Amino acid sequence: MTGQTIVLADTPFPPTVEDFFLPSIGPWGGPGVWFTKITVMLWLSVALLIIFFLVAYREPKLVPNKRQWIAESIYGFVRNSIAVDMIGKEGVRFAPYLTTLFSFIFVMNLWGIIPFFQISPNSHIAFPAILAMISYVMFIYLGFKKHGLGYFKHALVPPAPWFILPILVPIEFFSNFIVRPFSLAVRLFANMFAGHMLLLVFTLGGFAMLNANALLAPISVLSWLMTIALTFLDFAVIALQAYVFTVLTASYIQGSLAESH
Amino acid sequence: MLLSAVVGSTAAIGYGLAAIGPGVGVGLVFAAYIQSTARQPESSRLTQPFLWIGFAVIEVLALLGIAFGFIWANLPPK
Repeated sequence: MTGQTIVLADTPFPPTVEDFFLPSIGPWGGPGVWFTKITVMLWLSVALLIIFFLVAYREPKLVPNKRQWIAESIYGFVRNSIAVDMIGKEGVRFAPYLTTLFSFIFVMNLWGIIPFFQISPNSHIAFPAILAMISYVMFIYLGFKKHGLGYFKHALVPPAPWFILPILVPIEFFSNFIVRPFSLAVRLFANMFAGHMLLLVFTLGGFAMLNANALLAPISVLSWLMTIALTFLDFAVIALQAYVFTVLTASYIQGSLAESH
Repeated sequence: MLLSAVVGSTAAIGYGLAAIGPGVGVGLVFAAYIQSTARQPESSRLTQPFLWIGFAVIEVLALLGIAFGFIWANLPPK
């Protein structure tokens, strides 16, 4: 596969950030690198999700077949245990967006452990940043729609004695309007980045030890076994981060929609 | 006379130190969840979203350490 770190006799051992910038594929490359594996994976994820959900729901039946059951389980999970649990009865109208968000992030993350792809597009901050921006604009818009200009008071002024407010208001502003989108994006990005980096360290580390000397060579097997174990850990992280991003978005929406205190 | 030398980046030590706090924090979150579930098993579903929110909010501190380590790695030396 193009763009993978090429394994040679002299493997460059400590993997660097450069390993995340893949070369362009095929004739569309040109001078500016833009059509990379990352682009392909992004389009593939979008196509897969659209086709899967369209096909699964083409002829809905009362007794669902396997595909319809999977699609309904995903939607039911997000609707019941994220949207309704976090936001309340009103949450049902956000369930479609949250389901899209959840399944999109999950598929995008999943590329990180699928053979021959093995890097998640989300390990570039641009993708998580856009997703976080959508959530950010959404919960602020909903807040203004619900409370009008009173949203500032709702979001910034907690019920507290007046003399503590000069400290609390800046903290609330910092946490609600600056840290929230930033931490959403960075959390998803850094998890995928660190996951890919870990796998690179143990894979390339195996080759580095194999090439180092006769004493270290057998230990390289241990390093590769570790890679397999870490792939399973990565899968847990992938599912968890998709869930966490969705739950946090739901909880921010809930904060905007809550009755003023 | 140079007997031995260590090469590499002290950022690794820094990140190790930075991971202590989130490590303790995540441990506390899960400890609290296990304890509350042991005391009140019916509440496990109710508290689960808060478990993951708390986990995510603490975990981001460790992840910021990773991200900033790479961002600041390329600063020109003074």
